[in-house]
Amino acid sequence: MRLRLEKRLEPSRTMLVMTPVLSVIAIMILGVIIFDGLGYDGPQAVWELFFTPVLDVYKWRDVASKAAPLIIIALGLSLGNQAKIWNIGAEGQYILGAIGAAGVAFVTQSMTGFWIIPLMILVGMTCGAFYAAIPAVLRTRYGVSEVLSSLMFVYVSLQLLSYLITGPWKDPDGHNFPQTAQLTDAQVLPHEVWNSGILPGLLIALIVAIIFYIIVSRTVFGFSVRAIGEAPHAARYGGFSSNGIVWATLMISGAMAGLAGVLELMQLTRLNLGFPSGYGFTAIIVSLLGRSHPIGVFIAGIVLAITYVGGQVAQTVVHVPNATAGLFQALLLFAILASDLLVRYRVRINVSSPPKEGQRS
Amino acid sequence: MTLTFIIDALVTVIGITTPILLAASGELVVEKSGVINLGVEGMMLVGTIAGFAVTFETGNPWLGILVATLAGATAATIFAVLVLSLGANQVATGLALTIFGIGLSSLIGSNYVGIAIDPVESPFPDALANDSFWRVIFGHSPFVYFAIVLVLAIGWFINKTRAGLVLRAVGENDLSAHSIGYPVIAIRYAAVAFGGAIAGIAGADFSMVISPLWAEQMTAGRGWIALALVVFAGWRAGRLLAGAYFFGVLMALELYAKASGHAIFPSQFWAAMPYLIAVIVLALISSRDGKDGKAPACLGKPFIPNG
Repeated sequence: MRLRLEKRLEPSRTMLVMTPVLSVIAIMILGVIIFDGLGYDGPQAVWELFFTPVLDVYKWRDVASKAAPLIIIALGLSLGNQAKIWNIGAEGQYILGAIGAAGVAFVTQSMTGFWIIPLMILVGMTCGAFYAAIPAVLRTRYGVSEVLSSLMFVYVSLQLLSYLITGPWKDPDGHNFPQTAQLTDAQVLPHEVWNSGILPGLLIALIVAIIFYIIVSRTVFGFSVRAIGEAPHAARYGGFSSNGIVWATLMISGAMAGLAGVLELMQLTRLNLGFPSGYGFTAIIVSLLGRSHPIGVFIAGIVLAITYVGGQVAQTVVHVPNATAGLFQALLLFAILASDLLVRYRVRINVSSPPKEGQRS
Repeated sequence: MTLTFIIDALVTVIGITTPILLAASGELVVEKSGVINLGVEGMMLVGTIAGFAVTFETGNPWLGILVATLAGATAATIFAVLVLSLGANQVATGLALTIFGIGLSSLIGSNYVGIAIDPVESPFPDALANDSFWRVIFGHSPFVYFAIVLVLAIGWFINKTRAGLVLRAVGENDLSAHSIGYPVIAIRYAAVAFGGAIAGIAGADFSMVISPLWAEQMTAGRGWIALALVVFAGWRAGRLLAGAYFFGVLMALELYAKASGHAIFPSQFWAAMPYLIAVIVLALISSRDGKDGKAPACLGKPFIPNG
């Protein structure tokens, strides 16, 4: 007797929604065991990590400020994921977006005007999109895997950032710290939207999510992205250009990562060596946890933001090390990746010996 | 430029090249089997803390290296279960493994910050190892010699042995390899675990030789350079060895530019070069006709036997 996997004719919708929820619950239980094993108060650590940021109103702002960039980047990545085009260089495009906006800020230091902020956003998104266009050119013209090339360019962008803030863009009044000058009032968004307490970044994330929802569910482009991912040959036969989809998904995800970089820059008000926060990598978890669906991505972004904020809470309250949040994010991703199997396959207990045919999924 | 300076420079290059040479050698075997594991950085970090903690607690560096090897292989096995048995996406799982390695090593390592251990020293007699000239050959840690022997052995294994041919077959055409009776999944498990073990040793090199103390994320992105190196080498062991020392020179120039303030270009230029060169080489070999120097055909694609 052994367990046998039986491929479902269609991915299970129930499992598609249930597995992320089950993964989060499984990780909470595992967390209690791990923390207890390491000599911490397990239940309390998990409580602080996952629930305190939700129950403490004063933490909501922190959660929102972390969720906004994650959601925006992950929404951009979700299109590519559906087309099975893997942009894992979002971190680099996020940095380039911030660099573009910081460039505008550098030039407009002594100016005021309503046009500065839109220009920073536009330039930032363009920089992100063009940075993502490099892997697109390499893939469509030279057949280079976008996985490797987009990843390599993350590390190039880190060096570019380091060069700019230690060299040409270094703050002259910064006591020799490697950082840019602080943005002026004309270069940052207000702290909240119309005194409502809502962060502008989260509002933008919500608007982007709605736009993506419309793109995915209502447009031919959204359909062609899914078609390329699920049945590339049929999609090509149906007249969809796979190179076109590569270009579109990479540049859209680059522009979104760039937008997140601009918003983060406006929140932190300057570039420094601490700017690259890994949001571009964590956003990959967010888009997978959210099943590349705009609503799912929005919720997943908030869940991951909770682990960031909760990690800080657990650090001060239960004295677990700083790295805990990252460990939980990784375990969550492991769980979600493992549970994908349940979406595509039915687990059956089989008594007879299994057939030996090989088959690609 | 004195002889001492040249010898110092060579010793530096050889020292900083070794972990990327090791990690890339392991990853080469993994990728030859048709699997791409982006978790090299994470597996190395697991190796840094395993090697350091065991050496500190037991005083036995060989036990430290052994445990680092096992820790790297164990981390790789988590990846293998997910991508090989459960058919999870290799890119996402590899990234998860890196995030996992950063988190786990930091969690365990928080008890070991600020402690130093004695670095593992040259296996040769002091007269040779400390000689002002001969130290360029004999003055290195055992990791250095192991790395060179390993990459040559891997090159011989892949190209000259029957088992190496099977490994390549699995990476180039998994369906055909499966249909003539080779256990594709088992071979890939072995390759991934081997890659993890070697990445663990590469990590131990960091925390036991290069800087014999433990710090968070002390591999500082070298795992990604190792991945770039495999690409740069066009998936060939000989070029991997040469490429590793070439990348080592670039990394040494980066250190030199940082320390002296200038080395023709700013340090960031040299730090970015390995990645840029790897992408350029990748574009050149990908657009060329023929099979030579290209990525294994099944790289990154899942293989799920229906049973």
